Amino acid sequence: MTVRRVMGIETEYGILQPGRPMANPMLLSSHVVAVHAAAREGARAKARWDYDDEDPLHDARGFRLQRAAAHPSLLTDDPDRPAPSGDGPQELERPAVEEYEDPGAANVILTNGARLYVDHAHPEYSSPEVTNPLDAVRWDRAGEQVMLASVRTLMSSPALPDVTLYKNNVDGKGATYGTHENYLVDRAVPFGDLAARLIPFFVSRQVFTGAGRVGLGQRGEHAGFQLSQRADYVEAEIGLETTLRRPLVNTRDEPHADPARWRRLHVIVGDATMLEVATYLRLGTASLVLWLIERAVAEGGAGGALGAIDRLTLRDPVQATRLVSHDLTLTTRLELADGRYLTALEIQRTYLDAVRSALAHVGDPLDDQTSDVLDRWESLLDRLAVDPASCAREVEWLAKLRLLEGMRRRDHLAWDHPRLAAVDLQWSDLRPERGLYHRLVAAGAVELLVTPQEVDDAVVHPPQDTRAYFRGEAVARYGAEISAASWDSVVFDVPGAATLQRVPMRDPLRGTHAHVGALLAASPDAATLLAALGG
Amino acid sequence: MAGQERVHTRRDDEEPGDDATPTPVAPAAQARDAEVDALLDEIDDVLESNAEQFVRGFVQKGGQ
Repeated sequence: MTVRRVMGIETEYGILQPGRPMANPMLLSSHVVAVHAAAREGARAKARWDYDDEDPLHDARGFRLQRAAAHPSLLTDDPDRPAPSGDGPQELERPAVEEYEDPGAANVILTNGARLYVDHAHPEYSSPEVTNPLDAVRWDRAGEQVMLASVRTLMSSPALPDVTLYKNNVDGKGATYGTHENYLVDRAVPFGDLAARLIPFFVSRQVFTGAGRVGLGQRGEHAGFQLSQRADYVEAEIGLETTLRRPLVNTRDEPHADPARWRRLHVIVGDATMLEVATYLRLGTASLVLWLIERAVAEGGAGGALGAIDRLTLRDPVQATRLVSHDLTLTTRLELADGRYLTALEIQRTYLDAVRSALAHVGDPLDDQTSDVLDRWESLLDRLAVDPASCAREVEWLAKLRLLEGMRRRDHLAWDHPRLAAVDLQWSDLRPERGLYHRLVAAGAVELLVTPQEVDDAVVHPPQDTRAYFRGEAVARYGAEISAASWDSVVFDVPGAATLQRVPMRDPLRGTHAHVGALLAASPDAATLLAALGG
Repeated sequence: MAGQERVHTRRDDEEPGDDATPTPVAPAAQARDAEVDALLDEIDDVLESNAEQFVRGFVQKGGQ
């Protein structure tokens, strides 16, 4: 048993042109992607996104949404319509005419295995697949550096607009944009069970995963502070949509992997977090709860530890999401379907106890990261119950609230004062000299988990233990000979070859350094590599 | 918004019986205030000078 599983984080960044609130955000976002070093080197900019295996309208509940019935912003698999808001190579016909590349559909595949592109009206960094929460933090922080590099380049280019980027999820005027977690989950788990067992977890985890937000209501219509950026935008329990009627559990069933073995759980209710511990525990605890759910199915029944989880069903999960987010005392009791009333902390404690009990039952020794996640989870729940302020080095909403309450006390400000809203926004400005989170880092006021050197390496290099290794290394080594790539494919266009050659990667745990490292090192060019793969 | 500022008023070196003596401001809370004030001094230097204009101009299009 372990916290390890294939996971990743996608982040849409808030974008501004300073002094020009009416600037076109799609244009600004495409500049952010286009000035990236990889895009500027003509060869690598050639690599398009390979949409062949994308299916955003496939619903985990077992049906497909008709394309004509879908809201246009859900159509993410067709580059001509940018969303408005381990086998051998396969031969592909070379297109007769050069394919049209929409400049608005800017897209770069990075040498670290990530995807940098424009999604709706925001620049987005989709991290490479990693196998553990600490690596998720590393490659998420790498994404901040990738974005910051574009901010710097634009600031120093007189011909291009200045842009500032924010790692947050709301503008305070009604708009929200997402930070999505992705977890590879065993297909054997029935989707209904998965959703039912995760909903109370997602509702209650805000107590330590929330990034904090000034303003209550979707448009901040009421003054105040709340735990989460996204809570007020949750409008459904379960659903396919990501841009409207946002659900607690999203049913997009697009595994980017062998669908007979895996589903990709696409979690859209989380906040973007600057605090490394917050990101680490958001992914680490979710991975443990997923293990618990998978294990119950593998063992043929709920029983044991999972019985307590199944009794956590909430009477009204959507309303409970707001209640938890709006309660800074962490004492509000949520009504359960069985008539009990529990606090969010008590619900989290039930999940923790269930995981611990199942682990004890299995009896295997725990790896270091699993132990660390469990100990931190328990410690936070203990301290949040008696002294939340003591968690300000690890929990983002408390770190932010500490500054805001200090400012309110010192300057006698009410919650509707614009300086408090400015603190909330400027908190996540990626520029270290402007971002308030970075001032806290400089003052030693938050806990860090990864070193600057580890983050710098992750900007350039892929994780070694997933297929992101093959993707990133292929782009780094043979970029000029790659015509397209995606999560589960790399398409090579080798000069002189009769056809394009597509290398499928349906298993996220193949294409690792251990698997293909020697092969890549021995292949000076793509033709050699492809011959070896096809061999 | 009151409530989340709950603080321990008992220090490690105090006898349990000392709880009866009211402490006007907990030392831990005082130390925390001083630390926050130091942070605020730093932040004052970088915070947008026209907060109202900055907040009003922070307009985004919805995403996923």
